[in-house]
Amino acid sequence: MKNEWPLWEVFIRGQHGMSHRHVGSLHAPDAEMAIKNARDVYTRRNEGVSIWVVEANHIAASSPSDKGPLYEPSESKVYRHPTFFDIPEEVGAM
Amino acid sequence: MYAQMVKSEATQDDPEQLAAFQARIDAGEKIEPKDWMPEGYRKTLIRQIGQHAHSEIVGQLPEGNWITRAPTLERKAILLAKVQDEAGHGLYLYCAAETLGVSRDEMTEMLLDGRMKYSSIFNYPTLNWADIGAVGWLVDGAAIMNQVPLQRTSFGPYSRAMIRVCKEESFHQRQGYDAIRKMAEGTPEQKKMAQDALNRLWYPSLMMFGPSDKDSVHSAQSMAWKIKMNTNDELRQKFVDQTVPQAEYLGLTVPDPDLKWNEERGHYDYTDPDWSEFFEVIKGNGPCNTDRLAARNKAWDDGAWVRDGLLAHAKKKAGRQHAAE
Repeated sequence: MKNEWPLWEVFIRGQHGMSHRHVGSLHAPDAEMAIKNARDVYTRRNEGVSIWVVEANHIAASSPSDKGPLYEPSESKVYRHPTFFDIPEEVGAM
Repeated sequence: MYAQMVKSEATQDDPEQLAAFQARIDAGEKIEPKDWMPEGYRKTLIRQIGQHAHSEIVGQLPEGNWITRAPTLERKAILLAKVQDEAGHGLYLYCAAETLGVSRDEMTEMLLDGRMKYSSIFNYPTLNWADIGAVGWLVDGAAIMNQVPLQRTSFGPYSRAMIRVCKEESFHQRQGYDAIRKMAEGTPEQKKMAQDALNRLWYPSLMMFGPSDKDSVHSAQSMAWKIKMNTNDELRQKFVDQTVPQAEYLGLTVPDPDLKWNEERGHYDYTDPDWSEFFEVIKGNGPCNTDRLAARNKAWDDGAWVRDGLLAHAKKKAGRQHAAE
């Protein structure tokens, strides 16, 4: 058990021009093997053009209990959305 | 199914927290690994996802058995791809279970020493090439019945793993049907082999859905938690209804003299499998239980030096890089 390979999170760029997206995780002894394994596990059907791997214990994540303080402030800021502003029809598309 | 008779854990949590949790599930929200969850939910899921993962891995054995003996190069390449997919499915599922706080090695050890189970179906042998077709058609067909609704399960990582699995599973069933169709439409001897494979694999396939609802004691809690989406008998009926016309198309006969369409119910009436056989297989007394576990143990033991060696190499390389910085 103490000799278990570390866990890596895998991110794949699906197509040129898209960002990398988290697809899952896997175990591997090092980054090189993690990329090789990710290719076998997550891109068997042309799902990707580029792979990122990062060791899972290097990822910092927000906690579910922080949901309120983190995201509630933006709920009251409707003026951040373009639809908040009325533009007279005569002005045309904006 | 791939997870049969998963014992659900009683839960002793704060009633208020439990109610809030149930409300989230009822509202269709996904539960994520860092969210609060009842201990029973966590334990039941580890057992179920673990059993599902083990089934994918052990399920490679009966098919891997025929890779080198496939009748053509094309069939060999297809079977190889299919078996590789099963390894992938096992890995997606192990990762989903790991988010619940169990390690991959712990799960593997529990499989190897018999504390965790895999599906009863993989304790039946694949005696000839027709069986490989029948396994894809029937066994993967039965798996799909269960996995499609599980895409909507409440636990996020499990649901996402199921979505990936389902995308690939249809290839498995279709290649199986294609292989057995070739035989059913072939020489009289080949057709006889196809019929023989159906005869042997029909009831073990029906067993995959687990015991009859009246004997299934763990369903209610799991269904409330949306870990289990349908009852065993619902899925079994669906499988029979779907499969009978497929067998008819092949000109093969389902080995059940009492099978007939029930106009009133809008379903086929069918004979249940021999449940005493099912419980014997689960207990470890099926035709291949000993072989399957021996093969997994051997693979684990024989691979130990590779796992250790690669880790030692990775550590040495990391150490060198550190020293150079």
